[in-house]
Amino acid sequence: MNSYYLLLVIALVSLGAYALGLHRARRLGQEQLKSLPEHYGALAALWAGLPALLLLLAWLVAEPIVLDRQLAANLPELSQLSSTEQQLELNRIKLKIDSGEADGDPVIEQAIELYRAHRKESRWIITALSLALALSALVFAGSRRIIRLHARRKVEGTIKLLLMASSGVAILTTLGIVLSVLFESLRFFHSVPLSEFMFGTVWSPQTALRADQVGSSGSFGAIPLFAGTLLISAIALLIAVPLGLMSAIYLSEYAGKRMRAFAKPALEVLAGIPTVVYGFFAALTVAPLVRDAGQSLGLNVSSESALAAGLVMGVMIIPFVSSLSDDVINAVPQAMRDGSLALGATRSETIRQVIIPAALPGIVGGVLLAASRAIGETMIVVMAAGLAANLTANPLEAVTTVTVQMVTLLTGDQEFDSPKTLAAFALGLMLFVTTLLLNIIALRTVRKYREHYE
Amino acid sequence: MNNTDIVRQSLKRRYRKERRFRAYGMIAVATGFLFLGFLLTDIVTKALPAFSLTELRLDIPMDRESLGLAEDAEISEDTLRALPYSQIIKKSLRSLFPDIRKRKQKKLLYKLISSGAEFDLRDRLVAHPEWIDGPPQSLWLTADDDVDTWYKLDTQVSRIKPLQAELIQALETQDRIRTAFNTHFFTRSDSREPEMAGIRGALAGSFWTLLVTFVITLPIGVAAALYLEEFAPQNRLTDFIEVNINNLAAVPSIVFGLLGLAIFINFFGMPRSAPLVGGLVLTLMTLPTIIISARAAIKSIPPSIKEAAYGLGASKMQVVFHHVLPLSMPGILTGSIIGMAQALGETAPLLMIGMVAFIVEIPEGVLDSATVLPVQIYLWSDSPERAFSALTAATILVLLGFLATMNALAIFLRKHFERRW
Repeated sequence: MNSYYLLLVIALVSLGAYALGLHRARRLGQEQLKSLPEHYGALAALWAGLPALLLLLAWLVAEPIVLDRQLAANLPELSQLSSTEQQLELNRIKLKIDSGEADGDPVIEQAIELYRAHRKESRWIITALSLALALSALVFAGSRRIIRLHARRKVEGTIKLLLMASSGVAILTTLGIVLSVLFESLRFFHSVPLSEFMFGTVWSPQTALRADQVGSSGSFGAIPLFAGTLLISAIALLIAVPLGLMSAIYLSEYAGKRMRAFAKPALEVLAGIPTVVYGFFAALTVAPLVRDAGQSLGLNVSSESALAAGLVMGVMIIPFVSSLSDDVINAVPQAMRDGSLALGATRSETIRQVIIPAALPGIVGGVLLAASRAIGETMIVVMAAGLAANLTANPLEAVTTVTVQMVTLLTGDQEFDSPKTLAAFALGLMLFVTTLLLNIIALRTVRKYREHYE
Repeated sequence: MNNTDIVRQSLKRRYRKERRFRAYGMIAVATGFLFLGFLLTDIVTKALPAFSLTELRLDIPMDRESLGLAEDAEISEDTLRALPYSQIIKKSLRSLFPDIRKRKQKKLLYKLISSGAEFDLRDRLVAHPEWIDGPPQSLWLTADDDVDTWYKLDTQVSRIKPLQAELIQALETQDRIRTAFNTHFFTRSDSREPEMAGIRGALAGSFWTLLVTFVITLPIGVAAALYLEEFAPQNRLTDFIEVNINNLAAVPSIVFGLLGLAIFINFFGMPRSAPLVGGLVLTLMTLPTIIISARAAIKSIPPSIKEAAYGLGASKMQVVFHHVLPLSMPGILTGSIIGMAQALGETAPLLMIGMVAFIVEIPEGVLDSATVLPVQIYLWSDSPERAFSALTAATILVLLGFLATMNALAIFLRKHFERRW
């Protein structure tokens, strides 16, 4: 049976179980029950639906993996090919299976037959098993035994378990990120030593067409990428920190209520614009502007200059800096302001000598969060920064970043085992670790600061 | 000189400083607005040309001989679809300019019309089979994008040859050229020809991807938030979950793409470029945001409501599902709409899982190959043709329009349904 229909049938059965449990409980009368009749219905429905559903899910995940293994095992010639070619061949055969097309090769033909037979078999098994599970629960719900149970506690216990499992998804996601990035990186560091990756200064990840080609292994020194990322992020922060901080100060200390009510959300619009839009703006408008401006000053500016990308990225993170600074400035107790003003300080003196020093840890935390945002930003640099890995500190030249290289390495034709694609995962690991550290430090400083004043 | 005099003397300087500081603040805020205004006007001006399209009026003879239809052939959809439309259009162009005889000149003439015009003509003929055997039809067909750019924008920078310019002017005097609203932009999918390209496929892709995201994120996000706010004991595990959620909210989106590629595609063997995988990746990405905002909404329910329910004998689960959840629903929905808006604008993780392919078919389910609006923007912005950059800007406007609507909806929900206690 098709898994959609199976899902529908399971849903219907558990609906039936609900009705049956409810009916059973109602017939007995409220006095003899331990829970409300609805709870018995819900318990029956859970029994009928949940195990069958879990089984179906597990099967949906496992079936393609098992079937692929069997298919590969039935094709002895396949083992002679490289893993990428194997994958391609398997995909080709699977397309044939789905379209029902015939293949000339009798061995493949036989394997396809077997695959179809196995698939049919497996569908029968899962249909039978899940229906048996659901129906046995239905039978149980119809029996008298159910009303002796403490249904509410059981139902609530199950629901609580489900809620808990949902919150566990966060842990699973982190685990998934760490494992996927770590394993592929380890495979990468197998072929390229960690020291070369961390300290090498040449990045040219092309893979060879022939084994004996010159420079066939490629060169994976990531220093130019780290330097490029830092350069662009530094430009972005140079723009975003003063502008964001001054906006926050003005809006929280000087601006009237109406100005604040209008300007704060309007500035946050900048954070809501998708990064791909900024990328388009940077590549097609700002970069030519910067280049023309440089030319009129007699400077030679690349059309993919770090300056243009950093500038636009800086605008993008203004709201991060300003809203985080705004929060911490507002958290400074009013008494400190009043004390300073009462001593005769002007407002700007109060801000500079009392409020900013008091809010500094929080502001630093905000800046660190903005920095982690800038380092991990992808679309602006993919569209506006270059691909060539230059090791330079000149903002007028083209540099490339970690995220740009990840995108270039993983889009387009790819074989998954080459160091080229695995390098993207190693870069991802670096990115993940760096941003994680920045975030942890930032959150710590902000939290400590809050405790200080609360 | 006593202290008061010193202070008095310095006052002028200090007030000047005060004014300067205040001005810096105003300049900072104004700069932010300036950038925003510049960005939006730039995109709107770039986008405007994409909403109109230049068309040429051609007289298409409808007798069977010119259409290449046999005398006794039956007029059915199949026969109509198989007609040599490209030849028909070329012939009609030649008939407008009988003077043009040389091969090279003819080629230039043919280039005036879009290479996609034949499909337009085919669709119209299929829709109007009664035209056949009738008088010649005068039809507006899409011009090539070079003609479009030349005619709409400027005659200086373009790839139009002098001969073609003369031909276009001749067409103009015959009233055979016009600009009309670009319906292709909304009804067609991606194409190599800018005048034939549209965002329908990307819109459908975005729809399927967001559908997957919404259907999975909302229940899991709400369940997790309910657990953490109402049930979770104060222990290490709960702390660990909270730390995880906070950190995930700040992980760069591209890393989620790596996760999707390594786990969903390579390990579970899900199809590349499918909205299902895109939706799953975006789910993992938006889940922390939604959990955090849902928790805030749940936290804002006053304890007196819960205590009243407990007082009437409700169980913990009944308090949560009968009172806390319904009351916090507007807040939760507001948060999820904002999360969905974020997911709609996300590009980088989708590049990783192969949603960047050139896809002409409109996806009809979560397993078809698809691309989404932001990725379409990325793809088109790379194209050298000038007309594509207008299309890109127009797509950005559509995307921003969706985002603005979603955010407006969220604000509306918050204003009208959220209760102040």
